[in-house]
Amino acid sequence: MDRVNTQSLTKSTGATLPGIDPDRQIDVVSRLRERLPAEAVLYRPEDTRPYECDGLSAYRELPLAVVLPANEEEVAFVLRTCHEMMVPVIARGAGTGLSGGALPAPDSVLLSLAKMNRILAVDPVARIARVQPGVRNAAISDAAKPYGLYYAPDPSSQIACTIGGNVAENSGGVHCLKYGLTVHNVLRVRGYTMAGDLIEFGSEALDSPGYDLLACVIGSEGMLAVVTEVTVKLIPLPETAKVILASFDDVRKASDAVAAIIAEGIIPAGLEMMDQPATRAVEDFVHAGYDLDAAAILLCESDGTPEEVEDEIVRMEAVLRREGATNLRVSRDESERIRFWAGRKAAFPAVGRISPDYYCMDGTIPRKRLGEVLLFIAEMERKYGLRCPNVFHAGDGNLHPLILFDANDPDQLHRTEAFAAEVLQKCIEVGGTITGEHGVGVEKLNQMCLQFSSEELERFHGVKRAFDPQGLLNPLKNIPTLHRCAEFGRMHVHNGQLPHPELPRF
Amino acid sequence: MIERLAETIRTAASKGEALYVRGGDTKRFYGHAVEAQPLDVRSYSGVVDYEPSELVITVRAGTPLEEVERTLAERNQMLAFEPPRFAPGGTIGGAVASGLSGPRRQAVGAVRDFVLGVRMLDGRGNDLRFGGRVMKNVAGYDVSRLMAGALGTLGVLTEISLKVLPRPAAEATLRFEMPEAVAIQTINTWLARPLPISASAWQDGELLVRLSGARVAVESACARLGGERVDDAEDYWRSVRDHTAAFFRTDEPLWRVSVPSTAKPLELPGAQFIEWGGALRWLVTEADARTVRAAAEARGGHATLFRGGDGQTPVFHPLPPVAMDIHRRLKREFDPHGILNPGRMYKEL
Repeated sequence: MDRVNTQSLTKSTGATLPGIDPDRQIDVVSRLRERLPAEAVLYRPEDTRPYECDGLSAYRELPLAVVLPANEEEVAFVLRTCHEMMVPVIARGAGTGLSGGALPAPDSVLLSLAKMNRILAVDPVARIARVQPGVRNAAISDAAKPYGLYYAPDPSSQIACTIGGNVAENSGGVHCLKYGLTVHNVLRVRGYTMAGDLIEFGSEALDSPGYDLLACVIGSEGMLAVVTEVTVKLIPLPETAKVILASFDDVRKASDAVAAIIAEGIIPAGLEMMDQPATRAVEDFVHAGYDLDAAAILLCESDGTPEEVEDEIVRMEAVLRREGATNLRVSRDESERIRFWAGRKAAFPAVGRISPDYYCMDGTIPRKRLGEVLLFIAEMERKYGLRCPNVFHAGDGNLHPLILFDANDPDQLHRTEAFAAEVLQKCIEVGGTITGEHGVGVEKLNQMCLQFSSEELERFHGVKRAFDPQGLLNPLKNIPTLHRCAEFGRMHVHNGQLPHPELPRF
Repeated sequence: MIERLAETIRTAASKGEALYVRGGDTKRFYGHAVEAQPLDVRSYSGVVDYEPSELVITVRAGTPLEEVERTLAERNQMLAFEPPRFAPGGTIGGAVASGLSGPRRQAVGAVRDFVLGVRMLDGRGNDLRFGGRVMKNVAGYDVSRLMAGALGTLGVLTEISLKVLPRPAAEATLRFEMPEAVAIQTINTWLARPLPISASAWQDGELLVRLSGARVAVESACARLGGERVDDAEDYWRSVRDHTAAFFRTDEPLWRVSVPSTAKPLELPGAQFIEWGGALRWLVTEADARTVRAAAEARGGHATLFRGGDGQTPVFHPLPPVAMDIHRRLKREFDPHGILNPGRMYKEL
C-alpha cells in the first residue's frame, strides 16, 4: 500500500496554503490510502486545484483531498472513513453546476464520481437504462438511440454534465414542459448515506413503499446521499419534429402568444423566448437566421408522428398569427430545425463573447407576470447601468436574464449582485421562485431567507438531519442557517405578498 | 379556518393525543386503522386560484374531488393522474395524501409528478408552504412531493397546487385476446414505440389498450395496432379507475403488486388484473402475505395489502432498516409528538 509521503505533504501545503491544516490533511489522506490506490487520492494543490470550483467560478476553496473511487465499495469506504473522522464530503460530477453545489467546504474531502462512468444496462423492452453516476447525460440518449429510445431531460450542458449531477440538481432543459424534469424521468437511485450505508430510493417498478424519498433526494444538491447508480426512464424517439420561429414587435405580445398556445390545449415539445439583445448576441455568433428586427422571438417545437406534428404546427401558426406575430418560419427539414435551435442553445456562450463576464439568473415566475417582470428588469438595467439580455424557457416560466459585467471592476461586480438580488426578490413577489433549475448552492442562500419562513427553513434542516444527522455531506449549501438569515436581515416575502401589501414600495 | 385546524393540532400535541386526519373518508380502508379523534379538513374547501393558460390549479385540501374535476373540465383540462374515486365525497387532499393514481399513470406520471406545491400544518401546528405554483422550482428540498403518499403522517395538507393538462382531443380503445405472458411482452413492445398509449388493462386473456391524443395520431395508431375497436369504453376505464369493476368488488384480500413492467407473471393462485403496461398487478388471492411479498420482491417490486387485511398483517411492504431509520427521523422532525395518523402507514411512524 502506498503511504503518504509526510514530508512532501507538509512541504506542499503547510507554507502555501494557510487554510489547510497539514496534520489533519496527512491523517485523512493516510486513512483514505489504506484502501484506495494512491492515484485515486489527490492532495497536492496542483492536483486539487481543478476541483476548487464548479461552473460558478466566483467561489473557490481547495479541499483537503480529492478522491476518485472506482466502485461502490470504495465510495462506501470513503464515506465511512470521513464519517468516522468527521470530515465533510462533497460529491462532484462534471462540475458544470451553476450555483456552487460542488464547491468544496473548508477542510473537506471532494468525492469525484468521474471514474464511475459506465452504462451498466439498456433494456429496450422495459425502456430503462441503468447507469453509473459519472455517465454524461447525452451519452445515455446515444446508447438508447439504436433502440429508438432516448432520455428526455436535456439541460443545455448535456454533452458534459453527468446524470449524478442531474439527480443532485433536478436538472431541466428545453423540453421539460412536455417531458418533465429529472424527477419525472428517474425511477431509481442507488447510493450511500453519509454514514456509508447502502440505500435505494425508488425502484424499477413505478412506485415504492413508504415516503417518496426519491423525490426528496432528487434536487437535494448532494446533501442527502451520494449517488452510485441511477435507473432512468427511456421514451420512444418522436418520429419527427418541427419548430416554428416566430417574430414579435413587442415582448408582451410574445408572452401573450405563449399563454394562448397553451390555452388552445397544446403542450409544445419546446417553447422558448429570446429578447432582441439576446438574439443579436447569438446571431453574430452562430448565424441561426434569427429576425434581428424583432423585439422578441419565440421557438415553438412540435414532435410526434408526422400527422400529429403537421396538425399541431398548423394550429400553433394560427394562434401565433392571431396574437400578432410579424413573421413566421417553419423549419423545412431537420438541418434547419437544428439551426433554429442552435441559436438558443448557444445563448450563454454567445453572451460570453460580447461581455467579459455574465451572471445568469434562474428565477421562475407564473407566466402571466412575464411582462411585468421584464419591465422590472429593464428598469434595473437603467438603475445599475448594466445590460441584461433575456432568454426564457417560456413554456414553464423559467427566466434566464444574463447580466453583463466585468469582474475586474469591483464596482460592476457589486452592482451585478445587487441587480440580481432585486430580480430574485421580484420573482418571489410575483409568486415564483428564486431558482427553477440551477439550484441554490452557495449562490442564492440569502434569497432563501426571503422565500421561506424560519419554520419552513427549520423543516428543511430537519430533512437534512433525517438523512445525515452529523451534517457532513455537502454542508452549508442549499438551506441557510437561521443565523445567516438574521444577519442578512431582510423580510421573508410570503407567497408573493410582502408584509403590508397596501403600502407602496420602491 | 387554518388557524382553527392549527389550534386543534397544538392542543393535541400538548396533550400527546393522536388525531385521525380525514377528508371524505373514502379511503379509510387503506392502511391501518387509526383510533383517534378525527381532524376533518372538509370545511377548508374551494378553489384558491385557477389559471388554465398556466396549467396550474391551487385548491384547498377539503375541496371535493368532483368539484376540482368539474372546474377543470369546464376549461377542457383534467387531473391527468386520474385519482381513483372509491366512493363519492373524496377530497383533493385525500387524493394527494394517499398518493394513488389511476390508469393514465403509465403514460403521464403519478400524483407526485403533478404536485407543484403545498401549504400544510406540521405536527406542531406550524403553517408552512413548500414548492409553489410554477413548473420548475428547485429551491430547498422537495417537501411537497414528499407529502404525496405520506398518508397524512407528516402533516395536514391545507392547500395544494397541481399541474393540470388539457384533455386529449380523441380517445379510442382496442381489444386483443392474448394470454398473460404474451400480453405483458406485447404491451411493453408497443410502449417502446411512439404510440399514444394512455392506459392498458389485462384480465382473463383479454388485453384492452386505450389511445389518447390528437385525432390523427389516435386513428393512425389504431390502424397500426389492429385489434377490435371497443365503443363507449369510457365507462370501462372509469370502472378500472374507481374500482367499481367486478374484479375489485370482493371481500377477499386484494393485493396491489407493483413490479417492473416486464416482470414475469407472478404465478400465484387467485385472480389477477394487470394495469400500467404490466407494472401494476392487482391480485385477489388466498396466498399468505409472505408468499405474495416474496413473489413481488423476487421481481424487483413490492406488495401492498390494499383491501381486506386482517388488521394484523402489515398493509405496506416492510422497509429495509436504513430506509426505516430515515422514515422515523423524518416523522420525528415533522411530527415530534407523533400525533398525526400514527401507525396508519407503519407502526413505527
